Amino acid sequence: MARKKECIAMLLAGGQGSRLGILTQTIAKPAVPFGGKYRIIDFPLSNCVNSGIDTVGVLTQYQPLLLNDYIGDGRPWDLDRADGGVHILSPYQQIKGTEWYKGTANAIYQNINFIDRYDPEYVAVLSGDHIYKMDYAKMLAYHKEKDAACTIAALEVPWEEASRFGLMFVGGDGSITDFEEKPKDPRSNIASMGVYMFTWCKLREYLIADEQTPGSSNDFGKDVIPAMHKNNEKLYAYAFDSYWKDVGTIDSLWEANLDLLNPKSNIDLSDRSWTIYSNNTAQPPHYVSGTADVQNSIVSAGGMIEGKIEYSILFSNVTVEPGAVVNYSIIMPGAHIKAGAVVQYSIVAENAVIESGAVVGEDPENMGDDRFDNWGVSVVGPSVNIGEGVRVPPKSMVCEHMKGGSLKD
Amino acid sequence: MRANNVLGLIYSNGYDACLNELTALRTMGSVPFGGRYRLIDFVLSGMVNCGIPRIGIITKSNYNSLMDHVGNGRAWDLARKRDGLFLLPPFNFHNSGTDNNRIRSLIGTRSWLAASGQEYVVISDCNVLGNIDYEKILAAHEEKGADITVCYARGKMPALPELMAFDVSPEGCVEKITISPKTDEKQNYSLNIFVLRKSLLERLLHEAESHNYTSFERDILQQNSNHLEIYAYRPGEFCRTIDCLQTYYDVSMEILNPAYQRELFNPHRPVYTKVRDDVPVIYGLESAAKNALIADGCVIEGTVENCILFRGVRIGRGAVVKNAIIMQEAFIGDECCVNSVIIDKNVTIKPHKQLCGDMQYPFYIGKGLVI
Repeated sequence: MARKKECIAMLLAGGQGSRLGILTQTIAKPAVPFGGKYRIIDFPLSNCVNSGIDTVGVLTQYQPLLLNDYIGDGRPWDLDRADGGVHILSPYQQIKGTEWYKGTANAIYQNINFIDRYDPEYVAVLSGDHIYKMDYAKMLAYHKEKDAACTIAALEVPWEEASRFGLMFVGGDGSITDFEEKPKDPRSNIASMGVYMFTWCKLREYLIADEQTPGSSNDFGKDVIPAMHKNNEKLYAYAFDSYWKDVGTIDSLWEANLDLLNPKSNIDLSDRSWTIYSNNTAQPPHYVSGTADVQNSIVSAGGMIEGKIEYSILFSNVTVEPGAVVNYSIIMPGAHIKAGAVVQYSIVAENAVIESGAVVGEDPENMGDDRFDNWGVSVVGPSVNIGEGVRVPPKSMVCEHMKGGSLKD
Repeated sequence: MRANNVLGLIYSNGYDACLNELTALRTMGSVPFGGRYRLIDFVLSGMVNCGIPRIGIITKSNYNSLMDHVGNGRAWDLARKRDGLFLLPPFNFHNSGTDNNRIRSLIGTRSWLAASGQEYVVISDCNVLGNIDYEKILAAHEEKGADITVCYARGKMPALPELMAFDVSPEGCVEKITISPKTDEKQNYSLNIFVLRKSLLERLLHEAESHNYTSFERDILQQNSNHLEIYAYRPGEFCRTIDCLQTYYDVSMEILNPAYQRELFNPHRPVYTKVRDDVPVIYGLESAAKNALIADGCVIEGTVENCILFRGVRIGRGAVVKNAIIMQEAFIGDECCVNSVIIDKNVTIKPHKQLCGDMQYPFYIGKGLVI
């Protein structure tokens, strides 16, 4: 019998993240590498422990192998607890048959038994694909103060971007008066961050009702929250004003990584009071050779750096040979950039190899007016080999080996 | 010989006095090395990588830092229900335990030895740096049918007290043991890694106790060199004996050579250590790092050449740091000029300071100092 917990967290980590293309072909989005040594899921998991939440259910569905392996027993986040800790919750067989998680709400619905074991007062429902540092304890205090049924973390976004988000209309006391899901002409710029705090007995009721509603898509944003709103449950917005980014697209993933290099971006990972933990492997310190030139970059352990690096994030065990140039790029673990290759404005996935003389991506400055239509971040997929002298144009996504000719031609 | 039939015994305090600057507040085993490691990591990882399941660390004094570092052995996969990692602090009988005496400290571990199910024992110190393949040592021991296998390297005798040199026959048999020969010629000097049957070790300890022997080298090995089959094994891997601050510095500088790094950090035999959740290294604008090993958590805004930087070191704007070993959390202020120094943990060098040693006589700055 598990002991009663005041608040537990449910982390939605089953999404495919199809907009990340080749990067999430074999791994779930929360397992995508981020920031030199992390994976995206490190952020919500570390937020949980740092906020004093020691029981976390991680809902996995799409390509869970790496994610399961990465989370393991939760040791890196101090979540290997005898009482509580991290639990991986995958869809399972039931007497009435096997069901996949049909939507975010259904995923929680299928795990009501798990939550009931801890008999919590409150349940935090979190997304596994956002980069942010947030104290859920403060949000919980606000939730209790307002005696809310549901509190939604809210962020003010620039008006021009507002139409990409689920928007909320908030009254003077913080209560939510109305919603709008990704409207063409936004009338609000208060966006939902996909971080919810629920009073469990209320949520439980609505999950069961939602399951019995024909035609429901079993989604929090589309079904459960609107139903609560319709029934005049107390919904509040919790204002958050620090760094938050949904890394659901190639561009936003690239930007969020480079944000780490921008002192104005308000995301400092070296803050000891809010450590972001990760599952580290034993890698020696990285080595910069006599030919290396590293400027304004982040470089992780185990690497061998002999080329020129600028405005880039290099993950563990990356090799950059002499004469290679890496600019404004994200180089994921184990990638190898050979002598004389150029990688710019690109994401190079795990264990990819860029052979000598290949050029990946393009600097928008060099494209003239063409850049408005044709520039974008290039992506080289995991373990893909880009042959000698090959040019990978901007905004492309390379999923298969590209054979190069000889450099002498 | 299956490695799960082998015990590891590590002396964490062996030869502390030789490196007194760095061991004033710690054991030889917990001396920081190579940017993120402690010397004991190399021995522990080597034993673990070959499959030795039960390892005891013999401690004598100042072992706070060591206990903090190894904890329950998790980082080496030694936090186990069965076997795993054991700290063996001095056992206070016969008024013994705290002097630097291999025999007495071994006698102190006798009940731990007796409780171990393994048939063989590998004994090692911490001051030999290398990624040694213990599997090969065990295989050699078995192949030769040796009673005792001793590991050696060839070169000038390191300046360690009571260090053995071996005359080795072409078959690898130890023909003669001399102790600390006074010569500048190359010798086959001991790496103080021994393999023997547990039962033989127990018998030798028993004899030593009844005869009140004090020297493992003289009274046990040298005296028995005619009665026992003692074989010598020379590891092929990169390994260096650290016998003073200068060799500590030299060996550190040596691993700036990528060829030695590949040997020491062989991915097939990884070196494990306690994990700290540091962010990766941040290089600022106008940083210039050349020929350096830089651990996670560092922030580099100045110039760094021929250096080893441990975790969490900060190099200020315009600072120039050359030929230096800078340990965890040290802070080098803006416009400082630092050359040929060893800076211990948590040292702060305020801006505009000039500190200079020589590569043949590096300047040491003690833990926690503010300059």
